[in-house]
Amino acid sequence: MNRVGLYAALIALSIAALFAALWLGPVPLGFDDVLHGDANTSTIVWEIRLPRALTAWLVGAALGLAGAALQGLLRNPLADSGVLGLSGFAALGAVIAFAFGFSAFAPLAALVFALLAAILVTALGAAARGPASLALIGVGLSSFAGGLIALALNLAPNPGALADLVNWTLGSVEGRSLQDAGLVGGFLIAGAALILFAARGLQALTLGEEAAAAIGANLQLTRALVVLGAAACAGGATAVAGVIGFVGVAAPHLVRTVAGHDPARLLIPSALAGGTLLVCADVIVRVLPTDSELKLGVASALLGGPVFALIAARLAARGGEA
Amino acid sequence: MSALLEMTGASVSLGGNRVLEEVSLRVERGAIVALLGPNGAGKTTLMRAALGLIPLAEGAAQLGADDPTLLTARARALRAAYLPQRPQAIWPVGVESLVALGRYAYGAAPDRLGVADQAAVDKAIAACALEGLRKRGMDEISGGEKARAHLARALAQGAPLLVFDEPTAGLDPAQALGVGDILRAHAAGGGAALFSTHDVALAARVAHHIVLLKSGRAIAQGAPVDALTPETLEQAYGRKARLEPIGDGLAVAFE
Repeated sequence: MNRVGLYAALIALSIAALFAALWLGPVPLGFDDVLHGDANTSTIVWEIRLPRALTAWLVGAALGLAGAALQGLLRNPLADSGVLGLSGFAALGAVIAFAFGFSAFAPLAALVFALLAAILVTALGAAARGPASLALIGVGLSSFAGGLIALALNLAPNPGALADLVNWTLGSVEGRSLQDAGLVGGFLIAGAALILFAARGLQALTLGEEAAAAIGANLQLTRALVVLGAAACAGGATAVAGVIGFVGVAAPHLVRTVAGHDPARLLIPSALAGGTLLVCADVIVRVLPTDSELKLGVASALLGGPVFALIAARLAARGGEA
Repeated sequence: MSALLEMTGASVSLGGNRVLEEVSLRVERGAIVALLGPNGAGKTTLMRAALGLIPLAEGAAQLGADDPTLLTARARALRAAYLPQRPQAIWPVGVESLVALGRYAYGAAPDRLGVADQAAVDKAIAACALEGLRKRGMDEISGGEKARAHLARALAQGAPLLVFDEPTAGLDPAQALGVGDILRAHAAGGGAALFSTHDVALAARVAHHIVLLKSGRAIAQGAPVDALTPETLEQAYGRKARLEPIGDGLAVAFE
């Protein structure tokens, strides 16, 4: 598929998913109600469902983009901001800010902590042999962040800690406003600008680090741009929606099947696919007839977890080669 | 005539060990220099130091007129094309895309090649007999074809100096000689090459100058007939060797 066709298809899918998100939900609406409904339906569609759907799309796009960029940098198709601990650390930063009364700084804290995790995992990962060991470093960082989130919530002065813990570690976009969408959108634009600037460097890394440097790539710059950009994407997404895993693995994986393996060509399509995937997952949690709404993080794990396991198994069968 | 690469008394320490000890060599335009020596003799280290990828502990290296460690990655890429040992294609991109990565230093990307870039890529693909494989994925071709694709990537770089680390490893004798022909043609066109190999006969046939390394030291260097003798080969590899000139080459048999 050529690039224009791919972009057009992914944009069309995004729009279709967003429209479905306005139309489908616990309150059944007719197809016409979305565009020409009464005051009641218009409140549901434009003030509840639209901000939520936009937030889901932007969070998914940020996670898809961060995943594609981290995979290119680390040359590892298992890399994802959730798997590598960026999201867990971002949630930890946001929780610390909320728990101790600095909620206005939660997005900033999420960004700083995501950056810390990104620096840690790329530094530790530099010596890692094979894709699986890098993922294990991330699992360790994620568990560590999860433990610290529980600890922070226990130490926090205000009660209701358990509910908060669930909200942060199993992300959700329920009840999010246009301001929330705007916040993720801002982080996404900043992150995308940094990451797209590193696109050629990621392409060069196809040859491995030494040969990439030998063809003229500035690897320090590439590394810094991707680490910062991925931290911005993961930090913004997590500050608004909590930890949502696997979108960053699944989106690039799906895009590769039609767009090939060039890491630079995967970036924007992975963002578009990630947005579409997460909107679809959010529609699923809203229409499932469960007593209390299923968390979006649970749905994305249900859909993305098997994809992750499949890729890991295939990698293991090939002796660790992408 | 100024050398494309010159090393004078170059020594390198890695992890506290001297892995290269006072090696001097010159690679001038039109010349092919082969590095021989047993595993661990310092061949790869010498090439990496020549490119400025690792610093010298003592001595000096000049790539063109400059200290290579002070060059930007881009400036280095325009002067020398490096083919590492066991080159990688981590993502199974297409053959032509891989070759096009050689144009990175000119600001090109595989999906955005200028006229000069495309011409260089086409020339490299033709030189390495990859014409029919342009669109094939790097995971869909044989080991020899992969090796040729990486070779083409390095040639597409258009740098005057080629620095190839074991470019013939894993190739059949005919393909190995083909690599030799490519190096010869590059040198004849005003470029130069520095390459390492374990194929003593190939080195004798292709190179104008041999550097025989052992434990980080150059134990012999010069024209093939001077540098390669039963004595120097035994000193380097620890086995008696017999040498016989055959045509424009040299037959080598270790006992």
